[in-house]
Amino acid sequence: MTAAATDPATPARQIGETLIDVDRLKVHFPILSGIFQRESGRVRAVDDISFEIRKGETLGLVGESGCGKSTTGRAVIRLRNPTAGTVRFDGHDLMDLSRGELRKMRRRMQIIFQDPYSSLNPRMTVGSIISEPLETHDLAAGKARIERVRELLALVGLNPNYTDRYPHEFSGGQRQRIGVARALAVEPEFIVCDEPISALDVSIQAQVLNLLVELREKFGLTYLFIAHDLSVVRHISDRVAVMYLGKLVELGPPSAIYDAPGHPYTRALLSAVPIPDPKAERRRKRVILTGDVPSPANPPDGCRFHPRCWLYERLGRPEQCRTEDPELRTVATDHRAACHFAEEALQSDIGVAHMATDKVRHGTPQSATAGLAAEHAAEASAAAAALDDSGTGSPNEPSAEV
Amino acid sequence: MSVSDDPSRVAGGPALTDLPDDVSVATEEGRRLAEQLADNRRHARKLLEVRNLSTHFYTRDGVVHAVDDVSFELDYGETLGIVGESGCGKSVTALSLTRLIASPPGKIVSGQIIFDGIDVLKLSNEEMRLLRGKKIGFIFQDPMTSLNPTLTIGYQIAESAKTHLGLSRKAADDRAVELLSKVGIPRSRERMGDYPHQFSGGMRQRVMIAIALACDPMLLLADEPTTALDVTIQAQILELIRSLSDEFGTAVILITHDLGIAAGMCHRINVMYAGRIVETGLVDDIYEAPRMPYAWGLLDSLPRLDEVKGARLRTIEGMPPDLIDPTSECRFAVRCKYVHDRCRSEEPELTPRDGEGHMARCFGTEPEGWIQ
Ligand SMILES: Nc1ncnc2c1ncn2[C@@H]1O[C@H](COP(=O)(O)OP(=O)(O)OP(=O)(O)O)[C@@H](O)[C@H]1O
Ligand SMILES: Nc1ncnc2c1ncn2[C@@H]1O[C@H](COP(=O)(O)OP(=O)(O)O)[C@@H](O)[C@H]1O
Ligand code: SF4
Ligand code: SF4
Ligand SMILES: [Mg+2]
Ligand SMILES: [Mg+2]
Repeated sequence: MTAAATDPATPARQIGETLIDVDRLKVHFPILSGIFQRESGRVRAVDDISFEIRKGETLGLVGESGCGKSTTGRAVIRLRNPTAGTVRFDGHDLMDLSRGELRKMRRRMQIIFQDPYSSLNPRMTVGSIISEPLETHDLAAGKARIERVRELLALVGLNPNYTDRYPHEFSGGQRQRIGVARALAVEPEFIVCDEPISALDVSIQAQVLNLLVELREKFGLTYLFIAHDLSVVRHISDRVAVMYLGKLVELGPPSAIYDAPGHPYTRALLSAVPIPDPKAERRRKRVILTGDVPSPANPPDGCRFHPRCWLYERLGRPEQCRTEDPELRTVATDHRAACHFAEEALQSDIGVAHMATDKVRHGTPQSATAGLAAEHAAEASAAAAALDDSGTGSPNEPSAEV
Repeated sequence: MSVSDDPSRVAGGPALTDLPDDVSVATEEGRRLAEQLADNRRHARKLLEVRNLSTHFYTRDGVVHAVDDVSFELDYGETLGIVGESGCGKSVTALSLTRLIASPPGKIVSGQIIFDGIDVLKLSNEEMRLLRGKKIGFIFQDPMTSLNPTLTIGYQIAESAKTHLGLSRKAADDRAVELLSKVGIPRSRERMGDYPHQFSGGMRQRVMIAIALACDPMLLLADEPTTALDVTIQAQILELIRSLSDEFGTAVILITHDLGIAAGMCHRINVMYAGRIVETGLVDDIYEAPRMPYAWGLLDSLPRLDEVKGARLRTIEGMPPDLIDPTSECRFAVRCKYVHDRCRSEEPELTPRDGEGHMARCFGTEPEGWIQ
């Protein structure tokens, strides 16, 4: 089976055939200058990438600001026309569809945006925001529509009586729930989640993340989950794609991407992610990248990562890196990386955050699902474990989720 | 492209080009520093003592108790983290320390701030300006808003060195060049004439750090210094702050909502919630044995890079309260799973727990409490 079977974060969901097939996708933006607005260059926001998203899976897409994640997400549902390449949804080439056909297809794919403050029209009530897509797609009318809106609000954990309120009356987390309800209104199969929790407060992020996981389970949804937070992506994804400067540099299940990455950039990115555990932070081996991300209008020749690549330096600056753009190639089962020296990268242990084994928080009740009494018991045994282990705890103690 | 000519190659500066062969593991250094600090703590006085500080904002909707009876201390050379969700009073704490609260609507309504033996709230405005410039450096979240877009980078750094250290123009310029290379800007002399918009976000933040360091401050106040930056650039900036603090013995107050950053950077942590410090202690105690349900709730809700959690994350239900006219109950009571009647009728004090300087504000985890 797929990653879901090996990764305990996700109970075995059904992951099927390819739902979305992206082939050699390019999205370039012209740079216009002078009084005649002549094209003087191109921002190669997405530059020849191929991947597939399987039915029922969540594909995480990570990378630094400006690397092309949102542009990819939009092109995949044809909110943005590609410069070249094809996107097939359930076998249909989205570029070939007529307007009417595309509109019909849109029912099957939706998007949730990053900023819950600007993505909802402030002058519309929550009721009309959510019923708008129902109207567009002639899905429910009159009483049925009102009922459906109430149902959707309840589904995302909001009070169904709030239909007459305006977005500003809601907190960021609640607004993001409204955005989710709007996306779900047309019963889509596929949702692009473009940084859906980045703008939210820490304690609210987990709430919205749980909601997305619940809905995924309930409706068998397929997600393209875009985020820059690698910890969140590990939590929610069946497979993870890493982008750098318009290119896909690595693609594979979380176990590969996080524990045995084959691209030096992935390793550097992982190194940079802080872990909320002082001991783990002190233990880690990091590589700190120098310099900034180059401009996608003028990407470096050869491998786009070479001016910042630590492996390139370590290998004595091989010419190949400067002259040949590495293809995304298979380096292990279901695991692809775009590096001429992926085998070397795989050998390293840079960036990998070794699985925490001593994370019992003594003095803290550990069990979330059981009632208070059980929490006391868990606490007592955690404290005992802490004593036994002279403060280090043990991996098998009740810190594990119940 | 030839690598050695590429400016971005060296942008990290010498201290930051750690290659995998000589990886920087903070363990030994961290431990040594911690010991040295413990030693200082026994002998020397504090760099900063904040006692019962309260700062309010008088708004149309009512009085916002942004910082409410906050007390803490900072040792020379120590890095203190102030963590919490947005709106809990982190920035207002920092602004109060330096008397930069916009007034009206804001006002420091009570408390005492002793910085290096000086009673800050008793200073005249002029004396305060001098203290800020000479002894305290700032780094804010958005470097663009804190740099003057119409002045060159070099001028802005030199100006700070000139006014606060009384250097000549020439000496101040030299100092600016030195500082720019110190913070990892390549070809620093050439870049003195550049304007802020010619720099990337990460480089602008480096410039801010250079300005903050221009006068050899004893304290660096960094308010979400990397929130606007990408993770790889964030790692560069944090490494820079860490190495500068080690090298010059500068104390740092690092304000962040990111518990990961605080874990890697700080010796001690103050956890804030709704204008209050709800837990404080050495970093290891806070992360391993938190004694306040909000603190461990936050830690438990975070997905971690080194951990595969169950499909459902634990959450803290509800939202942080607004800070207008707070009631006399535990401020976390409405969201707390362990709430008892007592929590609703009075507010707990910060009281000691196991571990050096470890204190928490929770009836449940007090010695006779119900969460043991
Ligand atoms: N409409 C547009 N016109 C011109 N350039 C654009 C446009 N949209 C995006 N770009 C450029 O394309 C590149 C990729 O942008 P994109 O928004 O996809 O990045 P991203 O990975 O989503 O970044 P972030 O993490 O900041 O959201 C950037 O260089 C951006 O400036
Ligand atoms: N100028 C102001 N006027 C009114 N209220 C303010 C002002 N500045 C901050 N506050 C309020 O003070 C509280 C704490 O704010 P702040 O310290 O900025 O939070 P954070 O922890 O995110 O830095 C918030 O409730 C905020 O709304
Ligand atoms: S191809 Fe060369 S430069 Fe590119 S990532 Fe691999 S080692 Fe680094
Ligand atoms: S005092 Fe009571 S309500 Fe407040 S955190 Fe402790 S147990 Fe919870
Ligand atoms: Mg984006
Ligand atoms: Mg703030």
